[in-house]
Amino acid sequence: MTGVDDTAEVWIDRTDAHPVVGRPVIEVDDVWKPYRNGSLQVDALRGVSFTIDPGEYVAIMGPSGSGKSTLMHILGCLDVPTSGRFLLAGDDVSGMTEEDLAHVRNKRIGFVFQQFNLLASLNAWRNVELPLLYAGVDRIERKRRALEALDRVGLGDRVDHRPGELSGGQQQRVAVARALVTDPDLILADEPTGNLDSVSAHDVMGLLDELHRSGRTVVLITHDSDVAEASGRVMRIFDGQIDEVAPVAASTAGVEAP
Amino acid sequence: MNLFETFRTGLDAVVSHRLRSALTVLGIMIGITAVILTVGLGEGAQQQVGSEITALGSNLLTVTPGSTTTSSGIRGGFGSASTLTYGDAIALDSKVVAPDINAVAPATSESESLVAGTSNWTTTVVGTDPSWLTVRGRSMTEGRFIVAHDLATRADVVVLGATTAQELFGFRDPVGQTVNVAGQPMSVIGVLNSVGSSSSSSTTSDPDDQAIVPLTTASALLFGGTSRSSVSQILIQATSGATLSAAYQEADAELLNLHGITTTSGADFTITSEQQVLSTATSVDKTLTVLLGGVAGISLLVGGIGVMNIMLVSVTERIREIGLRKALGATPRVIRRQFLVEASVLGTVGGVLGALLGLVGAEVLPHFISDPITISPVAAVGAIAIAIGIGIAFGVYPAGRAARLPPIDALRSE
Repeated sequence: MTGVDDTAEVWIDRTDAHPVVGRPVIEVDDVWKPYRNGSLQVDALRGVSFTIDPGEYVAIMGPSGSGKSTLMHILGCLDVPTSGRFLLAGDDVSGMTEEDLAHVRNKRIGFVFQQFNLLASLNAWRNVELPLLYAGVDRIERKRRALEALDRVGLGDRVDHRPGELSGGQQQRVAVARALVTDPDLILADEPTGNLDSVSAHDVMGLLDELHRSGRTVVLITHDSDVAEASGRVMRIFDGQIDEVAPVAASTAGVEAP
Repeated sequence: MNLFETFRTGLDAVVSHRLRSALTVLGIMIGITAVILTVGLGEGAQQQVGSEITALGSNLLTVTPGSTTTSSGIRGGFGSASTLTYGDAIALDSKVVAPDINAVAPATSESESLVAGTSNWTTTVVGTDPSWLTVRGRSMTEGRFIVAHDLATRADVVVLGATTAQELFGFRDPVGQTVNVAGQPMSVIGVLNSVGSSSSSSTTSDPDDQAIVPLTTASALLFGGTSRSSVSQILIQATSGATLSAAYQEADAELLNLHGITTTSGADFTITSEQQVLSTATSVDKTLTVLLGGVAGISLLVGGIGVMNIMLVSVTERIREIGLRKALGATPRVIRRQFLVEASVLGTVGGVLGALLGLVGAEVLPHFISDPITISPVAAVGAIAIAIGIGIAFGVYPAGRAARLPPIDALRSE
């Protein structure tokens, strides 16, 4: 395994502390990735390069078909680039085995999906503890941290509810709790408000903003410019290339474009 | 993720799809029950045949007229004049000639109609001498058996089997009554003990349904046609099971000598042992067990395919779940294990329930089919092990498919 720390404790003890600024969380260097749709093969990513520093709040924006989903898969270690390099917190992910990628996802990345992706048969805290289960954390510790994370997203009184008994906004908050329970290097939110009404959307965006304020690196993927504006920096992707990197005016404090 | 957690995750999935899991379990359960019952039935039949033949006397030899070699124009075969005589039996019953022979009983038998008052019953009438009781290992419940005096005087006496007595006299005491055997009035002097009906075994006729008369009476008064001194078989009891082959040699040599035959292949008689009958009967039952077991095994296989089918459906249905678990850090190995656990849980539950149902069936079924079912603990444990094995074997492919699913495709699917 290439440089993935097995002790989850490293990230646990760091909660709410600003990470050491210096080494970028994400380094993408000339990444290419074809996308196959039936017999048609198109390059979804055509030489993408950028870096994201610790503590940044970055929005990746682009219309559908722009390659932003493919980029999100690569940033999320769900897929590897065909050429180019992708370093996550200094470790080259490009050549990793599926097993190693699973460990990286487990310990370094917290996902928030558009569809929430909660398991319907499990209640809120059991959903939140899932990443810890795969990290090999023991039962008592898992429950403690799951409840803590749920408390943080304001669902301390809903821990025994199943997803079906929660509103969309609440479900997405459970998903956010699940994303932060392992205290990852990166929180990757893929259209987190896409399935929510405006009130719930505002709610979830507030939560992400709060996470960013507490020192976490958040990458938001969206097609909605209003949503993107909440971030510190917007990267526009078009036809598989980064089009424009623009710092958002009047952004949150502590963020500098590299 | 340790084994306990994997197990719990798998169990959760089984429990959350109750109906589907129950139906899958049912398939395995029926297969296991079928295997246990058929194997038990086969073993029961084997034991029954074995004990029946042991009861007949495992150290018993039967000499029958005719040769084992076929198509001889000179020697008489079955149906023509019998080559065995009462004299042969007397000669064999000599400690000097045959020290390993304990007792010899000549016998001749024919199916005759017995009439007592208004009752009419057709049964096997056996003409024999007093040794028959010893050789056959029987005893009397009432009255006495034929004695030497009866033979010498060609007495008109008859000993009845328990069933025969019941059929002719009902609950009246048969001893002292008169029975017409083939039109010949004879007085009943005794009733044989009951050894139990053996309907399932085709190798022996019902030992409780027969009538025994003195050999001399039978050949003089009842059975016409053949020579007066000929008998249809000679029963020989060896001194023990161990001396059976020695007794066989002695009887063979003595009979060849008596009949003036010099070569073994020219023998005009055949000696068979009950051991041979036993092994034949046992092998027939074994074949039957294998056959039935095969059919049951196929049903088990179908159950296993059911498990595979349901697991494949489960994988397809839960593509999103698998993708999510992978995104959250489940390695392919963990996913594979989770599905294997699910499949083996289905197999195990099916196996245990099937074994229980089999045990219940083994208790209940014999009341309806009058055949014994013997369940060995080895068979029950083996069947459960097979069920678990089937669960795992048929779970491997679906589990592998689940493990190989790329997380993005899985997450993307609706």
